[in-house]
Formats: sequence, structure tokens, C-alpha cells
Amino acid sequence: MTTTPDPAFAGRSYPAGPAHTVSAAKIMEFAHATGATSPLHSDPEAARRAGHADVVAPPTFLVSLAQATEAQYIEDPAAGIDFRRVVHGEETFTLHRPVVAGDVLVPTLTVEAVRAAGGHSMITTRVDLADEAGTDVASVRSMLVVRGA
Amino acid sequence: MTATTPTPVDLADLVVGQELARTRHEITRDTLVRYAGASGDFNPIHYNDTVATEAGLPGVIAHGMLTMGTAVTGLLDAIADPTAVRAYTTRFTNPIPVPATGAAVLEVSAVVAAIDEAARTARVDLTAEFDGTKVLGRARATLALPGPDSAEARTGNDAA
Repeated sequence: MTTTPDPAFAGRSYPAGPAHTVSAAKIMEFAHATGATSPLHSDPEAARRAGHADVVAPPTFLVSLAQATEAQYIEDPAAGIDFRRVVHGEETFTLHRPVVAGDVLVPTLTVEAVRAAGGHSMITTRVDLADEAGTDVASVRSMLVVRGA
Repeated sequence: MTATTPTPVDLADLVVGQELARTRHEITRDTLVRYAGASGDFNPIHYNDTVATEAGLPGVIAHGMLTMGTAVTGLLDAIADPTAVRAYTTRFTNPIPVPATGAAVLEVSAVVAAIDEAARTARVDLTAEFDGTKVLGRARATLALPGPDSAEARTGNDAA
């Protein structure tokens, strides 16, 4: 029983949402787990002295929200992605401004490309994150390789 | 050092080719479990040897995103202001096997690759190796930094 990613998903955009509130506790936990030691990640007073509303997320923090958003595509049986054969190929974060605790972010998923290459498939997704007013905050682009059977 | 917020690096402090950081990071199974909890990535290839081996891997491997997140921390410490990072990209070229006991050591250097004075940004290239093998490819961080063209400096523009 093998499946291959359906190229018809390329170009598909999903409805925006649900809105996600960035948590100070998750920022601190993520910073600790990756060894990011700046007090801006853990000390609200230090963050406020530096001009931020609350503790600041490390550069790759949004991966969690991005991966949770990608799941509506990756885990869709119709997409034909065998997750046991998936490896991470590339990841790119673009941050238009710092992300801080208390931010309410609305993610929108787009499947940018589904390509076959040398027996493998390469899937590129983009998650755009906007605030509740619709202003762009960040985007996370991820390329996954689905190894051929 | 004082307890006040450190002053971020200024663009004028940087030159192309300058090494901003050289760090080594020990990655253990404990590190993987903490990262799984922090990130919500509970793929068992990052904690279960049987599952990892059945997937064709040498054993449990580190999350690529743990490697990416860890590799930038030396640079973040060097520039003192993590909010200067406006973009960060990498390819994942090789996995890091993490033994059941003991540590895998990730070695990272961060070198200034390009400076754009008009945009007030600097591109920093990261080299990340485990056991002499590159684990990240084309790993690049773009920093937005204060520079000679920032607001205070511009008031003296006529004299330039």
C-alpha cells in the first residue's frame, strides 16, 4: 500500500485561522529547549525595557504554529502523503516584526508546490501569519521530501 | 557586564568575513525530549530507537528544527538582541544521531557574509557540523541593525 503526493494540491490555499494567542510560557520553554539565553525571552521587565510589550519569541519559535497549521494538508488522506517517509528538506522564517507573548496570530496555509524529483516528491508549504487587523507579521516556508517507496 | 539591556551590535561594527560566534552545543536525549515538549513535535524517530531504525535511520536523530534553533543561539548572544533577526533559512543536509547516553556535539560558526548599508541589514552565514559533517546547508540569518544611516545619524546629513 503506497501513496504518492497528489500534485493537484499545488496552489491550494486553506481558510485562515484559527487565531492563536502566543504564550509567554511556551516562549520561555522553547528558548530553554534551544539554548536561547537572552533575558528578552524569559524576563518581561527586560523585554519591556527594550521596548517590547512582553517576552520576545526566538527566531524559529513559530515552527510550532506553522506545523500545526500544515497538518490540515499533511494529514489529509487525499493529499497522499505517507508521513513515515517524510524528511525535512528546508525551512525559512521571515519576520516582519518581533513576535511577543500576547500576540494574536491568524495563520493561512498555502501549498506552494508538489513536485516529483528522482523518485521522491518535494512538497513546499507556506504559512502566512497576520495579526487580527490583517497586517503581515511573519511567514514560515517549509519544504518536505517524501522518499519514494 | 551590567544588568541593563545590552546594546545591540551596530552595522558599522561589522565587516564581511568577520566571525561573530563560534560555539559548541551538546545534544542529549534529554535535549530531544525537552524540544519535543516545547515545540509539540512528537515524531517518535526523535525518542524511540526501534521506530527510528525501522524508518531506515541509524537510530534516534535530533529534530532538524532543534538543530536550526540551536545553531543560531551563538549569533543571538553575539548581537545581544534576538529581535534583530528578520529572516533565517536553512536546508537540512544530514541528520544528527543522538546516543541513548552521552551527547552529540554540534559545532557552529557564524560569519558575516554581506552587508547592505542602504537596507541596514547584514547577512550572516552559519556553518553547523556534527562529527566533521555539515548538518545544515546554506544556513543564513538576515539581521536588521542600527547603522550610520539611522535616525540620529541622519540629522547630521548635510555635513557628510
